Amino acid sequence: MRYIRGFRDGAAAAALAKLLAAEVDPQREYHLMEFCGGHTHAIFRYGVEDLLPGNIRLVHGPGCPVCVLAVPRLDAAIELARRPEVTLVSYGDMLRVPASRRQSLLKARAQGADVRMAYSALEALEVAVAHPEREVVFFAIGFETTTPATAYLVLEAQRLGLANFSVYCNHVVTPAAIQSILDSPEVREWGQVRVDGFIGPSHVSAVIGSRPYEYFAQEYQRPVVIAGFEPLDVLQAVRMLVQQLNAGRARVENQFTRGVLREGNRKAQSLVAEVFELRSSFEWRGLGALPYSGLRIKSAFAEFDAERRFAMQFQAVPENAACQCPAIIRGVKKPTDCAIFGSVCTPRNPIGSCMVSAEGACSAYYKYRRRPEPAAV
Amino acid sequence: MCLAVPVRVAAVLGNQWVEIEVGGVHSRISTALIDEVAVGDYVIVHAGFAITRLDIEEAEKSLALFDEIAGHLGEAVDALHPRLP
Repeated sequence: MRYIRGFRDGAAAAALAKLLAAEVDPQREYHLMEFCGGHTHAIFRYGVEDLLPGNIRLVHGPGCPVCVLAVPRLDAAIELARRPEVTLVSYGDMLRVPASRRQSLLKARAQGADVRMAYSALEALEVAVAHPEREVVFFAIGFETTTPATAYLVLEAQRLGLANFSVYCNHVVTPAAIQSILDSPEVREWGQVRVDGFIGPSHVSAVIGSRPYEYFAQEYQRPVVIAGFEPLDVLQAVRMLVQQLNAGRARVENQFTRGVLREGNRKAQSLVAEVFELRSSFEWRGLGALPYSGLRIKSAFAEFDAERRFAMQFQAVPENAACQCPAIIRGVKKPTDCAIFGSVCTPRNPIGSCMVSAEGACSAYYKYRRRPEPAAV
Repeated sequence: MCLAVPVRVAAVLGNQWVEIEVGGVHSRISTALIDEVAVGDYVIVHAGFAITRLDIEEAEKSLALFDEIAGHLGEAVDALHPRLP
């Protein structure tokens, strides 16, 4: 399709790389964070890094919802799925994520729990309608791209008067995560992570718009360029960031004009606002408890809130000592810094969430970087 | 998780449902999150829902810009080598 293939054109990529090479200031370094795991994968899959001048470094961000889900919240989902009356419906990635005590939803399913994988959130509703005798719980995770669909489910469940459907809400918000990175001691004090600018997410921004980034672009003086998920989009966004940094500007710019408006998708936003409210604090894997960074279901929809309906409990557990996921999520370490990367921890036998998800940094490194680089032609 | 794809609306089924076609496979998606669409419109689809409309005019502008850059610099090489996982 023209609107996919057109943005993967190799000759245009070569030309953009040439322009970029002429535009960078050789006297300085550019550390750019791609927030979103979708960008991480596009960058690796198309070898975008190989086209960048050596003084541009890409830092991988925490934009992988499966990766940032705190282990106690996954443990609680597994416990819920083990209840004999419960059918738990979840997006596929989540099933293989290792929880504590070497458990996962997939293992729970093998042991008899009714866990189902959905491609569309609507499938959860269909299961609830088809099985009125079951307590159907939708395990909702994701950033703003996914949240409106969950809001729609809750409203539909209410309209249909479904008494056997609820949502276990783990939705998180992007701007809070970006701000926490900028506020983290690694960035502010220790200087371990340097982030000069952000490649902003495409589809999250299609929903929330570009406006929410304006505050911290100005406050923290870091430019943000919202970019599409194709390789030409990423290259162009890198150019736009380099141009801003060279000129000493820190603005929000939109490269993904075909999908993002400044005000975003108002209809989706109003559905989200109707059903969800911000939690005062939410626990992220790797980033800790972040204020106003997660959503919960409003009390008007309490009957559809699995946390209330099943009085779910969360117990702190120690992280696997060898797994470096938390540091990788913060951008402090690279997957290759982890002792078990590619040996003990592989996509087939993942130890950490970053190896599971198609958006995790470890999975991207493993898929595209474990073989030696092809010789230059 | 946030991956989404642009698709063309093949048929409007009513009641906020449309049919799309990707690589010969037809499926049904919900347009409950966006304003009304018509056959031939492009939308960006994520997990069974259209999350936004694809603005064709803007897409064409971006493509024209890339074409122009490629044309000016006269590069005939293909710099992208997708790696198979």
